[in-house]
Amino acid sequence: MKTPEQNSRRSFLKRTIAIAPIAAISSSATALLPTDEDRALSAPPPNQPAEENYQPGYFTPEEWAFVNAACDRLIPRDHVGPGAVELGAPQYIDRQMQTPYGDASRWYMEGPFVKAAPEFGYQSSLTPRQQYRLGIRAINAYCRTNFGGKTFAELPPEQQTQFLKQMEAGKVKDEFNLRTFFNGFLLKNVMEGYFCDPMHGGNMNMAAWKMIGYPGVRADYLEWVVESKPYPYGPVSMYGKRG
Amino acid sequence: MATIRKKHTGAVIVGFGWTGAIMAIELANAGLDVVALERGDNRDTIPDFAYPQITDEVKYSARQALLQNLAKTTITIRHTKGDVALPYRQFGTFKPGEGVGGAGTHWSGVQSRVSPDELRLYSRVKERYGEKFIPADMNLQDWGVTYDELEPHFDRFEYVCGTSGKAGNIKGTPVEGGNPFEGYRSREYPVPPLADHPTGRLFAAAAKSLGYKPFPLPAGNASAAYQNEYGCQLGPCNFCGFCSDYGCLNYSKASPQTTIIPALLRKPNFELRVNSHVTRVNLDSTGKRAIGVTYIDAEGNEVEQPADMVILAAFHLHNIRLMLSSRIGTPFNVDTNEGVIGRNLCYQYINSVNMFWDRDVYINQFIGTGGGGQAIEEFNADNFDHGPLGFIGGGVIWGRQTGNGPVRGVPLPAGTPKWGTEWKQAVVDNFLHTGRIESQSSSLANRAYYADLDPTYKDAYGTPLLRLTFDWNDNDLRSATFLGSKVMEIGRAMNPRSMSGRVFKPGMHWDTRPYQSTHVCGGTSMGADPKTSAVNKYLQSWDVSNVFVLGANTFAHGIGYNPTGLVGGLAYWAASNIRSQYLKNPGPMVQA
Repeated sequence: MKTPEQNSRRSFLKRTIAIAPIAAISSSATALLPTDEDRALSAPPPNQPAEENYQPGYFTPEEWAFVNAACDRLIPRDHVGPGAVELGAPQYIDRQMQTPYGDASRWYMEGPFVKAAPEFGYQSSLTPRQQYRLGIRAINAYCRTNFGGKTFAELPPEQQTQFLKQMEAGKVKDEFNLRTFFNGFLLKNVMEGYFCDPMHGGNMNMAAWKMIGYPGVRADYLEWVVESKPYPYGPVSMYGKRG
Repeated sequence: MATIRKKHTGAVIVGFGWTGAIMAIELANAGLDVVALERGDNRDTIPDFAYPQITDEVKYSARQALLQNLAKTTITIRHTKGDVALPYRQFGTFKPGEGVGGAGTHWSGVQSRVSPDELRLYSRVKERYGEKFIPADMNLQDWGVTYDELEPHFDRFEYVCGTSGKAGNIKGTPVEGGNPFEGYRSREYPVPPLADHPTGRLFAAAAKSLGYKPFPLPAGNASAAYQNEYGCQLGPCNFCGFCSDYGCLNYSKASPQTTIIPALLRKPNFELRVNSHVTRVNLDSTGKRAIGVTYIDAEGNEVEQPADMVILAAFHLHNIRLMLSSRIGTPFNVDTNEGVIGRNLCYQYINSVNMFWDRDVYINQFIGTGGGGQAIEEFNADNFDHGPLGFIGGGVIWGRQTGNGPVRGVPLPAGTPKWGTEWKQAVVDNFLHTGRIESQSSSLANRAYYADLDPTYKDAYGTPLLRLTFDWNDNDLRSATFLGSKVMEIGRAMNPRSMSGRVFKPGMHWDTRPYQSTHVCGGTSMGADPKTSAVNKYLQSWDVSNVFVLGANTFAHGIGYNPTGLVGGLAYWAASNIRSQYLKNPGPMVQA
């Protein structure tokens, strides 16, 4: 039996990209909410990434491979706790791209757009959707040119980590502002997907909440506010599930 | 575009947050026909803040669903008058609200008044340190109103809100357990202080060990069941941890929805129109009298609302913008230091330090409430000798525990990587064992900083955006740096494993990216002199006497305390005088 680490996520990712979008064929059925029995039947087996049954609605296969690989490097599965991929962070990000946030619908997006000192905040004309599309395109172009024709997702994990560190520090020289993409979008959204309520597609089974001792949406602590000891109950999610 | 013309009304109120709701119910109770116009949508505890949906960190903290829609209107910002201002495209430094209740729905709940000294800070500094002590670039001025005049209205607002706290000074008699530095109050708080969370307990013990006198920070989060004068009821706060950025799921946080609106909506002489964005106040041909306002409704129609009086009760930034766009009062001229609209633009300074304890010290930061906790005031206002320090102003220092979940960000010790295994280990090690202490200090008016209309950027209605020219200044940075050293002193006495955070240093510039505080203030100051103030002591425009202007924009400078208690008290003060004086004899209430 393979250990979780050996159960290669990379080979898994290649597999999902090859799968035809079955969900698209049965679109009429998507309006029906699944029963608990359906959910039990369709639940992925243990130690499998959460998005096995998920087909991205926004990302292309190449982008999806990037998002999965990046999530896996940013929050890997390790001795501390679960990884971002198995908890569904890629799915969360893909779903967020399809909300009004993806189109920056509540940001001021009128020109002129002027390059400014960082303390004046985001001054780009790009929406989150465009950040991911153009950002991933720039990253893969850079990787292909500099790393023997390979995309980011095809690089060995150590090299991916190094590349992300360079991007975070603004050291990848590219016309596209990869530092802003990394710090303002990718890292932020991965963290959201890791810790969000499971209804948003990430933090499957509230595993990230259990790891840190966050009781989720219990939102009622009158008896415990005066205590200085561990809170005794596990988390509850928005849909009322207990963890 | 054809303009729809509405029936004439007694008073039209622009904006329906705290000040709009207060003025609406007071004027409606006086028998006036009142129309309130709110640019955002309707919002109420049920269904909008219902459990569990309101506890969605992604929707309300990451996507900021209750905040102003910046796509429709925002501001531009620059540091000096020589720079090109850039739009505030995403939320960072402050979080204006939108919709019924305004910022009064998503505030935390810290509810202080004002230090009596601060209302006459110019006179006080002159008396104690001499006029030469005032920096040449500081537009220091008195507010034109006294603490004695305002006290009954602070009291009233607190008894509307069901404020939790402990008096430290009742009619001049010191009261054990309260704030020994506070301005006197006419009676005890409506309900007792909130229970103390771990951060508050550790803060109070450390502060006491250093010889300070900690007191329970007053909170607009009710500690017990309460019914106010309008018959509105509050339930005891359950420390759910969803205050700032959220509407209250528990009817505990004082807001226009929990304390005023239910009573107001029953009045036949009151009408609320939501999705109504006011673009200007209309003046008659003399420019000395308002005849109503023009707004854009949800369908994009231009609508005219004629009225006898106009109340500007929008958020700070929007009130200033409306004054400028409507040409009420003389715009500030930074080169001559003359003019009043946009003058004395101020803000506030926050030192914020996270404390990390070992795994046997449980803080449980997910438990919390917006107000409450413990504070000290030894270094606020003029409670200490500024002579040897060489700056004016000061602030409060507190240990609050406001409630935090992981999507809102997990504070970690300085130097921790932001991702990867080491990051994850740090989150596990620290999440339950982290608290935060802060100082909040004054922002005194500097003649280099002001608000005017942007020459380039426009809102969705074609109106120029408000432009803020603002940066930290030398006096305030020295004050904030001083407060920062006291925060660190108390922090060390709380004996954490480590602490790190944002502490001011001289020479720093305003960074608009991280959240600082929504306590932007000044810009249409109140005062006794029409040459240096936009409104008189009754918050009546010096130039157009049937326009009243409410909100933190009427502050003459930024105070150490949180502004809501003062904003609410001033609204009741203005309403009371409109009822007792103005309605009987409309016209200027103070002769210029």
